[in-house]
Amino acid sequence: MSQGSMAQTAPSSVAVNYNMDVVRWGALATVFWGVIGFLVGDVLAWQLAFPALNFDIEYLNFGRLRPLHTSAVIFAFGGNALLATSFYVVQRTCRASLYGGKALPAFVFWGYQLFIVMAAIGYVTGVTQGREYAEPEWFVDLWLTIVWVCYLAVFVGTLLKRREPHIYVANWFYLAFIVTIAMLHLGNNLAIPVSLFGTKSYSMFSGVQDALTQWWYGHNAVGFFLTAGFLGMMYYFIPKRAERPVYSYRLSIIHFWALIFLYIWAGPHHLHYTALPDWAQTLGMTFSIMLWMPSWGGMINGLMTLSGAWDKLRTDPVLRFMVAAVGFYGMSTFEGPVMSIKAVNGLSHYTDWTIGHVHSGALGWVAFVSFGAIYHLIPVLWNRERLYSMRLVSHHFWLGTIGIVLYITSMWVSGIMQGLMWRAYDELGFLQYSFIETVEAMHPYYIIRATGGLLFLLGSFLMVWNVYKTIRGDLRNEAPIGTPATVAAE
Amino acid sequence: MPTNVEKDQVSGRETTGHEWDGIKELNTPLPSWWVYVFWVTIIWSVGYWVVYPSWPTATDYLKGTFGTTNRTQLHETMANVAAERAPYMERLAALDVSEVVNDPELLNFSMAGGKAIFADNCAPCHGTGGAGNPGFPSLQDDAWLWGGSLDAINETLHVGIRWDANEDTRLNDMPAFGRDGLLEREDISDVVQFVMGYSNRATDGDAAQRGAIVFEENCAACHGDNGKGIQELGAPNLTDAIWLYGGDQATLTDTVTNSRRGVMPAWGDRLDEETIKMLTVYVHSLGGGQ
Repeated sequence: MSQGSMAQTAPSSVAVNYNMDVVRWGALATVFWGVIGFLVGDVLAWQLAFPALNFDIEYLNFGRLRPLHTSAVIFAFGGNALLATSFYVVQRTCRASLYGGKALPAFVFWGYQLFIVMAAIGYVTGVTQGREYAEPEWFVDLWLTIVWVCYLAVFVGTLLKRREPHIYVANWFYLAFIVTIAMLHLGNNLAIPVSLFGTKSYSMFSGVQDALTQWWYGHNAVGFFLTAGFLGMMYYFIPKRAERPVYSYRLSIIHFWALIFLYIWAGPHHLHYTALPDWAQTLGMTFSIMLWMPSWGGMINGLMTLSGAWDKLRTDPVLRFMVAAVGFYGMSTFEGPVMSIKAVNGLSHYTDWTIGHVHSGALGWVAFVSFGAIYHLIPVLWNRERLYSMRLVSHHFWLGTIGIVLYITSMWVSGIMQGLMWRAYDELGFLQYSFIETVEAMHPYYIIRATGGLLFLLGSFLMVWNVYKTIRGDLRNEAPIGTPATVAAE
Repeated sequence: MPTNVEKDQVSGRETTGHEWDGIKELNTPLPSWWVYVFWVTIIWSVGYWVVYPSWPTATDYLKGTFGTTNRTQLHETMANVAAERAPYMERLAALDVSEVVNDPELLNFSMAGGKAIFADNCAPCHGTGGAGNPGFPSLQDDAWLWGGSLDAINETLHVGIRWDANEDTRLNDMPAFGRDGLLEREDISDVVQFVMGYSNRATDGDAAQRGAIVFEENCAACHGDNGKGIQELGAPNLTDAIWLYGGDQATLTDTVTNSRRGVMPAWGDRLDEETIKMLTVYVHSLGGGQ
């Protein structure tokens, strides 16, 4: 396996002075926030199994930690992974340094970290808009808007000064992510502050319009933050790591535009059987169904790029991370359309099935493809010969995979059981179970889920250690993966 | 302007001729199964739009040929359930609770319905199955504060306990003997010892003896001379081992000092007659019905 991406530059004599500082910071921030996000998530999982674990401390209760977990994972971990990789990929594939010199990209990075810290402090102290995945209050939203516009400027500016004739597909996805998130952020956070120096604001929408705005945002946060952005990541790092050409250029074009066009309409499927008008529910559901193949286009292109290089999965756990990520991506982008069907949604909605679905995407796809990218980038960014230990990467992979499998299977069982118990009637039409009985029935699955989360968290500790040692320049003396197992000599 | 079109040795496909940071792309056509399935989902969606409510128009929206909406589905489901239950409900309405339990079919129906109704409305306080919680009496034992007959349970359900919004509500108030200065601290300590003596748990015989006088002067009017309680007043029996708030010394001292004022809603204001009858039958059956 080769780490030679720095060496094999495109045939060009022009030496580019890439701005890698901000990429290095972003890679470290990804690891840092990732561990925080996973840790808080697992604490929450144990709290659900054993509620006393909030210790009656207001800052640790579920309601406050939950947005801390979701935002830490989506925006802090995922956001920094996108920031770092987009700045890396756009430079490398445009053969141009970042637009805005040193200052503007640095402002984007540090401004984004400030946004994360402001949001997190708000959550634990009870300052929240109460909008899922958009909890930060108006002043934090305004700050993020400024940072995001600068991000867009850096990215587009770099595209404009590119030395390649065409824009690589990864950059289409990154650009779609940046532009659409800006639009979603502005639309969903239209709110009127109560006072200029107060934290509280009220949404400009009310009732079902507010709900639909929220889920137009919420679903497309999944679509454009967690899907489009990470597809951009996938489109660079998989062919790079596999050292194979992308499977199909045509598929990348078609599935890109189909995905972008269809995703934005799918939000109403979060509001089936509510006050939302029937026609909007229908459209949300059918657009979700039509989204299935466009989503899978990315999976096909990711997996088929491996043809001719499948053997590398045996020896390169970094590539294994990314390929498994694409697998989980394919699974959850099939599960999503299925769950958007009203008859299925009538069972799955409000149950743990939804939580399992989200985590097969978040842990399996987003986190795994990010781990792959980070493991690939760390030696490149710090000019190291290779990672400190490939075997640790492999252990991380298996801990993470087993953790995810425990997580999502327990949530399938628990969620479907929960939904079936809620709707269980006897022959006279009387409900069979009280709500508390369904909660009691879920307890063992909560423990399995929390155990899965713990394994995933432990895996991320291995990553921290590996990244730290690699940056220090240490190389672990170990037999290469794929050779007969030997006792690793420390 | 593809310039460097190459042939990929593994797949036999040509590249597009572009290259970015060493990454090339193959010119593979779209997988045909992918295209077919994409078309199928599109055609299926169009069909769905025809039969179900779909696109908005300038003033309205397409209603769909099936004429089905969430609302019609709900009304149909509810109407079906109501129709199935109608024969039972009519008889339930006509009969008195005491007659209901003598009709095996209605008894069966009321038990099934009562269980679900109890789980929805009563279990949060009384526990699933009516096992009770501190401050919320168990419905499984034979200790009844306001009576355990079918009629008494039915009445309690209707009017609630200390439910201010209902003028017929079950009402009593134990004085807060300590807080309101009706008894000295020592008197309370003595009477607690006396009450504990009913269950042979007094730890200070002298205090218990002094407490007997305090009890007679302050408590017996409601709890009875023998401490066995008076159901008409809702005053609990103090001689059994059943304690609503706890029977240890500290809790009893707290109860005498500050009083207790548990509340139950008047379900007659919220549930219909038939539902309350089913609930009565169910609660009566839980173990201690008299």
